[in-house]
Amino acid sequence: MPIPTPFHARTSALCTSLAWKEWAGYHAVRSYDTYPEREYFAFRHAAGLLDVTPLYKYDLRGPDAGRLLAYVTVKDVTQMKPGRVTYLCWCDADGKVLDDGTITRWDDAHYRLTSADPSFAWLARHARGFDVEIEDVSEKLGALALQGPSSRAVLVDVAGAEVAGLRFFGAQHAHIAGVPVDVTRTGYTGDLGYEVWTPAEHALAVWDALAEAGRPYGLQPAGLDALDMTRIEAGFILGGVDYTSARRALIEDQKSSPYEIGLGWCVQLEREPFLGQAALRREARAGSRHALVGLDIDWDALRALFDEKGLPPLVLAHAWRASIPVYLGAVQVGYATSGSWSPTLKKNLALATLEAAHAAPGTELAIEWTVEHRRRTVGATVAERPFFDPERKRK
Amino acid sequence: MSWDAIVVGGGHNGLTCAAYLAKAGRKVLVLERRHVLGGAAVSEELHPGFTYSVCSYVVSLLRPWVIRELELPRFGLEIIPLEAAFSPYPDGRALCRWADPERTRREIAAFSQRDAEVYPEFGKKMSQLARFVQPMVDAPAPRPTSLDPRALFEMLGTARRYRDLDPDLRAGLLKLMTASAVDLLDEWFESDQLKAPMAVSGIIGTFLGVRSPGTAYVLLHHYMGEIDGAYRAWGFSKGGTGKVSEAIAAAARHFGAEIRTEAAVERIDVRGGEARAVVLENGDELTARTIVSALDPHRTFLGLVGAEHLPADFAAGVRRFKMRGSSGKVNLAVDRLPEFSARPGAGPHLRGDIAISPSIEYLERAYDDAKYGSFSKRPYLNVVIPSLVDPSVAPPGKHVVSCFVQYAPYHIAGGAARWPEHREALGDAVVDTLAEYCPGFKESILHRQVLTPWDLEQQFGLTEGNIFHGELSLEQLAFQRPVAGWAHYKTPLRRLWMCASGTHPGGGLMGAPGALAARAILRADLGTALRTAARRPHRGSAP
Repeated sequence: MPIPTPFHARTSALCTSLAWKEWAGYHAVRSYDTYPEREYFAFRHAAGLLDVTPLYKYDLRGPDAGRLLAYVTVKDVTQMKPGRVTYLCWCDADGKVLDDGTITRWDDAHYRLTSADPSFAWLARHARGFDVEIEDVSEKLGALALQGPSSRAVLVDVAGAEVAGLRFFGAQHAHIAGVPVDVTRTGYTGDLGYEVWTPAEHALAVWDALAEAGRPYGLQPAGLDALDMTRIEAGFILGGVDYTSARRALIEDQKSSPYEIGLGWCVQLEREPFLGQAALRREARAGSRHALVGLDIDWDALRALFDEKGLPPLVLAHAWRASIPVYLGAVQVGYATSGSWSPTLKKNLALATLEAAHAAPGTELAIEWTVEHRRRTVGATVAERPFFDPERKRK
Repeated sequence: MSWDAIVVGGGHNGLTCAAYLAKAGRKVLVLERRHVLGGAAVSEELHPGFTYSVCSYVVSLLRPWVIRELELPRFGLEIIPLEAAFSPYPDGRALCRWADPERTRREIAAFSQRDAEVYPEFGKKMSQLARFVQPMVDAPAPRPTSLDPRALFEMLGTARRYRDLDPDLRAGLLKLMTASAVDLLDEWFESDQLKAPMAVSGIIGTFLGVRSPGTAYVLLHHYMGEIDGAYRAWGFSKGGTGKVSEAIAAAARHFGAEIRTEAAVERIDVRGGEARAVVLENGDELTARTIVSALDPHRTFLGLVGAEHLPADFAAGVRRFKMRGSSGKVNLAVDRLPEFSARPGAGPHLRGDIAISPSIEYLERAYDDAKYGSFSKRPYLNVVIPSLVDPSVAPPGKHVVSCFVQYAPYHIAGGAARWPEHREALGDAVVDTLAEYCPGFKESILHRQVLTPWDLEQQFGLTEGNIFHGELSLEQLAFQRPVAGWAHYKTPLRRLWMCASGTHPGGGLMGAPGALAARAILRADLGTALRTAARRPHRGSAP
């Protein structure tokens, strides 16, 4: 049975839809109202407040903390400056992705890793010989994502002007309602936004302060359905949906390298040895079999299919997750794994894994689409990610 | 310097037409009289920190194909849907209709259980009828008086779709074309509290009452609104309605169009039945192969062109084309959210449109005032608070309240020019009406802008203050808009075209007239080019 997060007293009072799901063993709100629309638009036009406590969080302290993380992940995080965050993935010895997440460097000898899956045992196993102490702070810290164009104004209101200058992927200590918190300018919506990490015992005070300050700025509590729509627009992948962790894969084919899931850009090959380095070097030289891409699905063609049946075009009010074949002519060259109608871009979007030869932006493919119980196909063009990339995200 | 096309008027249809022409490679110039683009689709900061959608205030009918073809989201268009339709009543009760059908059913059941269950059936039927009518909105008007094979072929298509309609729906369609809004709603519903806010959709922008025949059809237009494939959806444009115009203008510029503001056109120079040039107020004369007017038919033909250059029956047709604006607009900056005593608090019921339309009798009385030359003492109001969902239009915690007000007839007793004397009284009537439902509302007002039909004419060039460039009544739609025989953007003058709301499919923030006009112009160009090529002696193949 899932357990409540430290914010449950507030989220459960607001969640009039009773639409919950399980996330890493916690109760998590899917959408506070019957439809996620209001929450989605809050992320894009005002601000949304989302409980992301279920992320796993590990503090690594000691002179070798950075070296350990550089060894177990694909990036040399010892090069990071204190007060910076980075997004990356980590692999097994065969160069297959285990998980993705963020690392924050708080000071010379203190890093924090967030992950989707439990990672303590794996960190501990590789820590032998490193002078580092690993602490699982998953349950000690509550976490809130404050995302959207108004998020900076709300945060400054509660944490003071010193957080106003926090740069994209920056990290800073601050106080909210007298509670010492950690603030990072990170998030999963592809918009201006922050994540606030608070001691679990003071979680409610932090929530209350943000909710109160957010009222004049149109802040809404937001759930995972709205988040899912925004992360598709941002082109962000989701472990377990768009790729399978090598740890959970049952067969070799289910595993992916960072290059195959669009995370090649975060792999730093030429440095001290790290997990999976040899395999990744080989793949970087020889090329990858697959590529993860964005698809822009032809709306007029889809509309025409519905028209044939005398129906208005139907799109879901939320994002979808399913494996849908993608074709080049009659040949299946890949599969989409998740997608969403984008109310902001007015486009029907998907994320797909394709054979690398057909993954260049602009490639015209076709995707299966079920219309009135019949499987049909509509055109889909390989598109650059992120689909949605507002200036305010970095500014 | 000469252009392929000059578009007179930088309203949203003029800009749309220009964008399509430029996209097709034409050298296009848009001339706008004011300092801002958008015509009646304009945002202006009239009180520091508060952005008003000065005239047009919601988006729904903006054609999805226009949005896609001009890539408007790329140029800044963002639409946020309205969540609810809220109506407070004087007895302290209220009705709110939501996207959530079960919630709506419970709300209506508080007034009539029967109505609550019939409501979705009505919506389904209207949506089916809207689907039948919609292709006609997205294509040039039918030509029922023409025996041209293409006209017959087009009508055959419509006839086929008509044949495929369920007989019940066919009957429904005919009823819709002839009945009044109230007659139609009476057939379906019993509670006044539901019927009154629904009936007003039939009269918005017309000088008709809810019991006037033909008003039922206009209800349908409100089921045609579409956002993301969802019919009946309405939205706010982020940053105000002007952002829609700005996005279209940005698209037009991207495709190469030149846009000039503060470039008022004085007249269109006509010689020998041909529109030759536009003459600006500053005396400049600009020539183009094609001149497109995005002004209303009265202004275009009786103003810029002059009736003396037109066939007498056409000029008479334009004169008969009913403008007679019936509505005004009051924009308010307030220091706190209005609180309705019928449903206190800052709930989601305020995140949509709010109708002050408590009963059919109320609407009829409001119409009575107007019939005899005064504005309604207790008018119908359509109120929205865009700052609730789009905080960018007001300072934190403060709000913009937009009130569409009907009836405010252009032809007020003593003549339209008397309106400035009545302007503040109209503003007071609106505020007083709203204050009856929101105690303390008056004290929250920081700034007020009142636009009478006279102001709409003087400031925005809407003849007689008609927000649709001519009433959207059945006899002025499709093949009769604006004049029978001239419903395809062409005019009796060579090289002069029209492209705005006074043409098919009509008013509203739709973009369809502008886009369809551009297509007609391009097709005519192609025809001319082919004829010229056919006449030219053959000189062998190109190198």
